[in-house]
Amino acid sequence: MRRSTLVLLGVLAVLALALPVVAQLPYHRDLVIKVLLFGMLAQAWNILAGYCGQISLGHAVFFGTGAYTSTVLQMQAGLNPWLGLLGGILLAVILSQVIGYPCFRLRGHYFAIATIAVGEIVQTLALNWEMIGAGRGLSLPIRPDSLAAFQFHRSKYPYYYIVLAFLLICLAISAWIERSRLGYYFRAIREDSEAAASVGIPVTRYKLIAMAFSAAFVAAGGTFYAQYVLFLDPESAMPLSLSILICLLAVVGGVGTLWGPLLGAAVLIPLSELTRVQFGGTGRAVDLMIYGALLTAVAVYQPAGLAGLLRRAWGR
Amino acid sequence: MALLTLTGVTKRFGGVVANHAISFQVSPGEIVGLIGPNGAGKSTLFDVVTGYYRPDAGRIAFAGHDLVGLRPDQVNRLGIGRTFQKLRPFREMTLLENVMVAVMQHTPLPAAARAEALTYLEFVGLAGKGDVHARNLSTGERKRLELARAMATRPRLLMLDEATGGVDQRTIPGLVALIGRLRERGLTLVVIEHNMRVIMALADRIVALHLGQVIAEGPPAEVVRDRRLVEAYLGGAYARGA
Repeated sequence: MRRSTLVLLGVLAVLALALPVVAQLPYHRDLVIKVLLFGMLAQAWNILAGYCGQISLGHAVFFGTGAYTSTVLQMQAGLNPWLGLLGGILLAVILSQVIGYPCFRLRGHYFAIATIAVGEIVQTLALNWEMIGAGRGLSLPIRPDSLAAFQFHRSKYPYYYIVLAFLLICLAISAWIERSRLGYYFRAIREDSEAAASVGIPVTRYKLIAMAFSAAFVAAGGTFYAQYVLFLDPESAMPLSLSILICLLAVVGGVGTLWGPLLGAAVLIPLSELTRVQFGGTGRAVDLMIYGALLTAVAVYQPAGLAGLLRRAWGR
Repeated sequence: MALLTLTGVTKRFGGVVANHAISFQVSPGEIVGLIGPNGAGKSTLFDVVTGYYRPDAGRIAFAGHDLVGLRPDQVNRLGIGRTFQKLRPFREMTLLENVMVAVMQHTPLPAAARAEALTYLEFVGLAGKGDVHARNLSTGERKRLELARAMATRPRLLMLDEATGGVDQRTIPGLVALIGRLRERGLTLVVIEHNMRVIMALADRIVALHLGQVIAEGPPAEVVRDRRLVEAYLGGAYARGA
């Protein structure tokens, strides 16, 4: 575990240093930023689903919560987006507890189905809520470049370093969770929640804790997205397809591992961009077809994901 | 003063009465054997006591606490450990991790929990397999693992569901000796067991269930001669002939 963490940190360091050399075209830079963003989202999902075994297909709700909270606070109250980020995290955590408490009564597939339903309900609400722009969406007010305003137009590199920092914080906290009592309890609940209860673990409480961590990081990603794209609507900020994508990245990369989800993002996000370039507007679903094929292959041949494949190749 | 007191405990599933007005006591330091044919309601009673089912009627008192309405984790934290008839190890975790999870309610830090967990693995004779995944164990080893895991929560009362069920004959004496040593550590035990030789060797007292009711209770030598028990196991004809 410790060696793989070092390898991961090394790869990230190289990536961070190499970016200005490799990604000079805006397209490439945008791709790397997306990989890091989705790597973080997938790892955040992994905290709940991978470690704790609760498969959520409604995480777009938390992404949307993060994106909308900072944006609406900014537009209506003039609040700094960094404070909005904290507000979004707070709201997403509260929402995660409200959603989690009833949904955690359900097991396995039924929990996953319930989270889909919640996701659809929240998206429909957002589509009809005038205060947050309803279906028309929100365009963020353009501000001069500055870290305080969380907006950069002349050079987009600051976005890259910010999302890299977010990802590193997410990975560091995940690594800490893995090694602390939380991680042990999460895994015990994933393996057998009734046996976990028999050794004194308050199962629902720990599921809610996992959900809170997970929602917090996804919400942070949502705020970043809003500040990066500067336009939000419910179709882009909280669609079901986003929830599914987050899940797919982690599953293909390696569920329940520290660096699998990032690996999944590093492979699949460029793939989807590539198909988009190759096929243009007519090929909108081609990436999903490839994801589907990959997912089937992973499920059948390598349930531990790409991370498991690499670990085997390394002979450990 | 009894450690565990059941008073009129009743549990129904729809029209089926799995436990009907069950009352008995367990004293500190005692080993109580819970016996009865399949479907007598033994495992259901375990689930009722340990919080997995809520009884429809009756009271359960443990060391001054009322257990009815508590969740399984709360029951465990009050001092009742248990094993499951259908063994439930954390399959994708190592043996050491399995036991660490149980240790952590008292010893939260992983390093200290690891050291403590090792002592429980040693006690059950699995110290050499700490890094093996639980899914790779034999049934006998899984029984020992469940025992170590239950002990690691530092219970005062340990409830073992089928202490030797499903393991081969050669493994049984080792398990019996192990359970005997639990008593030496000051633990009180309630043991469900089908193997009469085992139960005769271990139990101070036997509670016999049949169709959800207590049909006999007392020292092993007396209970096995009880006509109702023989009837329950073998049917009325044998009891009359005997």
